[in-house]
Amino acid sequence: MKYLKFLGIGVIFGIALTKGQVVSWYRIIEMFYFDSFHMYGIIGSAVVLGIIIVQYIKSKKVKSIEGQLITFNPKNKSVARYLIGGTFFGLGWAMAGACPGPMYLLLGRGYWLILLVIFGALLGTFVYGLLRHKLPH
Amino acid sequence: MDFILQPWPWYVVGPLIALTMFLLLYFGKEFGVSNTLRVACSAAGAQKFSEFFHWDWRSQKWNLIFVGGGVIGGFISYMFLEADHTVALASSTVENMRDMGLTNIGESYLPSQIFDPEEITVGTVAYLIVAGFLVGFGARYAGGCTSGHAISGLANLQLPSLIAVIGFFIGGMAMTYYILPHILPF
Repeated sequence: MKYLKFLGIGVIFGIALTKGQVVSWYRIIEMFYFDSFHMYGIIGSAVVLGIIIVQYIKSKKVKSIEGQLITFNPKNKSVARYLIGGTFFGLGWAMAGACPGPMYLLLGRGYWLILLVIFGALLGTFVYGLLRHKLPH
Repeated sequence: MDFILQPWPWYVVGPLIALTMFLLLYFGKEFGVSNTLRVACSAAGAQKFSEFFHWDWRSQKWNLIFVGGGVIGGFISYMFLEADHTVALASSTVENMRDMGLTNIGESYLPSQIFDPEEITVGTVAYLIVAGFLVGFGARYAGGCTSGHAISGLANLQLPSLIAVIGFFIGGMAMTYYILPHILPF
């Protein structure tokens, strides 16, 4: 029962991304061509509202439903891991036309071959776990 | 009702993503979808091979439920909320895609030449696995994906997330402009 709310939030997320066509391979390629404002509007408005939400939570010391202060973990400072890792991710994002969220959502549209992408993503995660100490971070 | 069945504009979808992030924060969780991949690896026993998968992954079960809800949301949208399943793209994008050999551009959400099981070849299987591999490997290397860095990280004004997003675009643009025309599997 305590997990039901996360299922509900996932449904909202799934409908939003699907109705916004964020899950479309074509839209991602169009974004990388800078041919449409659509994806930038989506990410941009989410970020602007997100900044307002985070600032509000911090300044008003908003508590979570369990009564604990909502805190944010600052990311470790570095350039290499974010730039190199990010570039690997971007290569895959354009190739698959899907980042991790849409990968799952596309299953709901009956695109079974996306399971190959998810399998690849699991493999990539696993290989990162194996190689992580050998990679620059 | 017509508004519901048409593709939703950015100013509806963006705020709903922000709402998703807020609700997860309110329930004491962090919005980051690629974390589910690490959870799945750990649940499958990957800690036998790397201590990276030896962590409190059971506390992240909610995230698997969350993406399960995402699958249901994708299904609801497909079945009940779409007048048709076409994608109206910028004409310059369509032209570029035609040059890459794509056909029926925008007639469905994904190109059938890559994602239709009836057109499956060894090439498409390899293409899709490599694509997924880069996403999974890159997301963990960078410590997050679009939700973790581009949304949550930027919302919290994290410089590392901005660097990661710059990386996303370096990789995405290199793939789109220089690599895709040579490796599309058809």
